[in-house]
Amino acid sequence: MTAVTSMTREQKKELGRIKRRSWLISYAMILPAIVFLIAFVIYPTISMFIMSLYFGNAMNPYKRFQWFKNYSVRPDFWVALRNTAEYTGMALVLVMVLSILFAQWMYKSRKLNNVAQTVFFTPHLVAGVSAGFIWSWLMSSQPYGLFNTVFNALGLSSVRWLDDSSTAMFSIVLMNTWKSVGYYCLIIMSAMKSIPTEIYESARLDGSSSIKTFFKITIPMISPQLFFLLITITTGSFKVFDSVRIMTGGGPGDATRVLSMYIYDYAFERNNTLGYACAAGILMMLMMVAVTVFDFGFVEKKVHYQ
Amino acid sequence: MIKAIKNYFVQPGWGLQLLSDIIKILLMLAFIFPFYWMLVTAFKGYTESMAVPPTLFPKVWTLEGYRSTFNSGLNILNYAKNTVLITTAVIALQLVIMVPAAYAFAKREFPLKGLWFGIVLVAFMIPLQLTYIPVYLRMQDLNLVNTLWPQILPMGADAFGIFMLRQSFKQIPDEIIESAKLDSAGEIQIMTRIMLPMCKSAMVTIAMFSFIGTWNAYFWPLVMTRNESVRPLTMAVEKLRDVEMGIRWNSLMAANTLLVVPILIVFIFASKKIIEGFAYRGMK
Repeated sequence: MTAVTSMTREQKKELGRIKRRSWLISYAMILPAIVFLIAFVIYPTISMFIMSLYFGNAMNPYKRFQWFKNYSVRPDFWVALRNTAEYTGMALVLVMVLSILFAQWMYKSRKLNNVAQTVFFTPHLVAGVSAGFIWSWLMSSQPYGLFNTVFNALGLSSVRWLDDSSTAMFSIVLMNTWKSVGYYCLIIMSAMKSIPTEIYESARLDGSSSIKTFFKITIPMISPQLFFLLITITTGSFKVFDSVRIMTGGGPGDATRVLSMYIYDYAFERNNTLGYACAAGILMMLMMVAVTVFDFGFVEKKVHYQ
Repeated sequence: MIKAIKNYFVQPGWGLQLLSDIIKILLMLAFIFPFYWMLVTAFKGYTESMAVPPTLFPKVWTLEGYRSTFNSGLNILNYAKNTVLITTAVIALQLVIMVPAAYAFAKREFPLKGLWFGIVLVAFMIPLQLTYIPVYLRMQDLNLVNTLWPQILPMGADAFGIFMLRQSFKQIPDEIIESAKLDSAGEIQIMTRIMLPMCKSAMVTIAMFSFIGTWNAYFWPLVMTRNESVRPLTMAVEKLRDVEMGIRWNSLMAANTLLVVPILIVFIFASKKIIEGFAYRGMK
C-alpha cells in the first residue's frame, strides 16, 4: 500500500490507464453473452408480463389495455393445472422411488452394474419426439399393439393406454420415467458413492439391519441430492410438452391437456387470446418460483448436511 | 438364527446375488427393447408391421419403410440438412459467446461484476415456455421467421453453460496466468494458448450438451417456424404421422431411426464422457 501512496502523479495516471484498459477488455468479453441473455431471456420475460395486461393477438399484441383481466382464471385453466399437478405427482413418486432403488441396486462397482448404468441412461439422450412415437407404437390399442399382445399372452385383458382418459396420463408418465430414471439414478448413485464406507462399517458393527441402515444412514446422507431431484422433477414436470403433444395431443378430451399446451393453444391456435397465454405463462413461472422457494424454506431444513 | 438371517441380508449369498443379477439383466433388456422395436419395425413391410400377433423379428427385411419415408412428399434431406446446420451453428455460436464471458467472470476483476453475473443467474431460472412468445413476435418483426436464425440466435448464450465453464476456469491456478503475463503474453494469447487447452474437457462437455439438446429440439422449432423449408428433422417425424391413409408405423419408425441412431452412435463412442458430464450437471 505504501508503494501506491508514494507513487508520483505520472505513475498513478499510468496505473489508471492500465486498469481502464483491463476493464474494457473484461467488458468486451462479457458483452456478447450479456446482450444475448438480455435480448432472449430477460427482455422477453418483461415483455411477456406487459403483454399479459393487454387484449391482442400475434399480429397486434397491444390492442387494448385491460389491467389484470387476463389473470381472472378460466375453467379450462383449472383443468390444465389439475392435469399438470396429476402428472407432477405421479412423476415425482415414480421417478424418485425408482431412481433410489436403482441406485441402491447398482452402486457397487461391478462390471454388470457399469453396463446397467449405461443402459438405463440411454433413453435420456433420445428426443422426446422419438421416445413419444416409439411408446405410442408400443402402447397402441389396436390388436397389433405390442404391450397388449404381451398382456393377452399373460392372460391379462387389454388396456387402452393412451386412448382412455383414465390411463392416458399415467402412460405418458410411464414413458417419461423410462426416459429419465437412468439420469436421476446416476445423480443418486454418485452421492451414495461419496458416503464414507467407515459409516457403514460402524453401523454394521452396531448390528444395524440393512433396512435400518438404508433409512437411517443412506437416505439422510443423500438428502441434498434428493432435494435437487425434488426441485428438478417438479419444475421439469410443470414444463412437460413434447411427449404429451406427440402421444396424446392433450386428449382424449382434455384428459392430458397440461399447462404448457394450454399456453401454446392460446398463444397460437386461437384468435385474440395472446394475453391469456402470457398471463398463464407468468402464473406458471410464479408457481415454479413458489415451489423452489417452498422447497428451500421448508424441505431444506430437513436436509442433513454432513 | 435371527442374526444369521441379518448377516445374510447384509452380505447376500450367491443365490440372492444370482437372482438379483438375472432380474437386472432382464430389466436392461426391457429398457433397450423400445429401441429394438423401433429398428425392427423400420425394416418391416407395411403389412407385416400390422400383423397380429406382431413378429418379434422381421420375416422379410425390407427398405419399404425408408422408401415410403423418402417418397412421402416431405423433403427429408432438407429437414436433415436443417438439423445439422442448426446444431453446428448453435455449438459454434455458444462457444464463441460463452467462453470469453465465463473466463472474464472466473478470472478477471471489473466494476459491477456482481450485477452482470446476477443477470446470468436470473436467466438461468427462466424457462423457455416463458420467452418464446415475445421472441417469436420480434423475429416476426425482423422478418426472420422463414429463416434458420430464430432457431440459432436465441440459443447463443446458455446461462448454465456459462456457469459450468466459469467453474472450470476457476480451477486453473492464478499463478499460471501471472507467469504468462510476466512473459509478456497478451490477453488473447493467454486465453487461446493457456486457458482453452486447460478447459478442453469442459468445452467438449458443453458442446455435447448443445449437440444433444439442439438435435432433439422440438418445442422451440415448433413455436419459431411457420414454414416447412426451415424445420428440423424432429418436425418431419411428427409430420409423417399426419398422412392421409393413417399412420404407417414402419415409415414413421424408419424416419425415427434417422433421428435416434446418430445420437446412439455418439453415445456408444463417448458414453463415459457423456455420463460424467450429466452426473456433473446434476451435482452442481
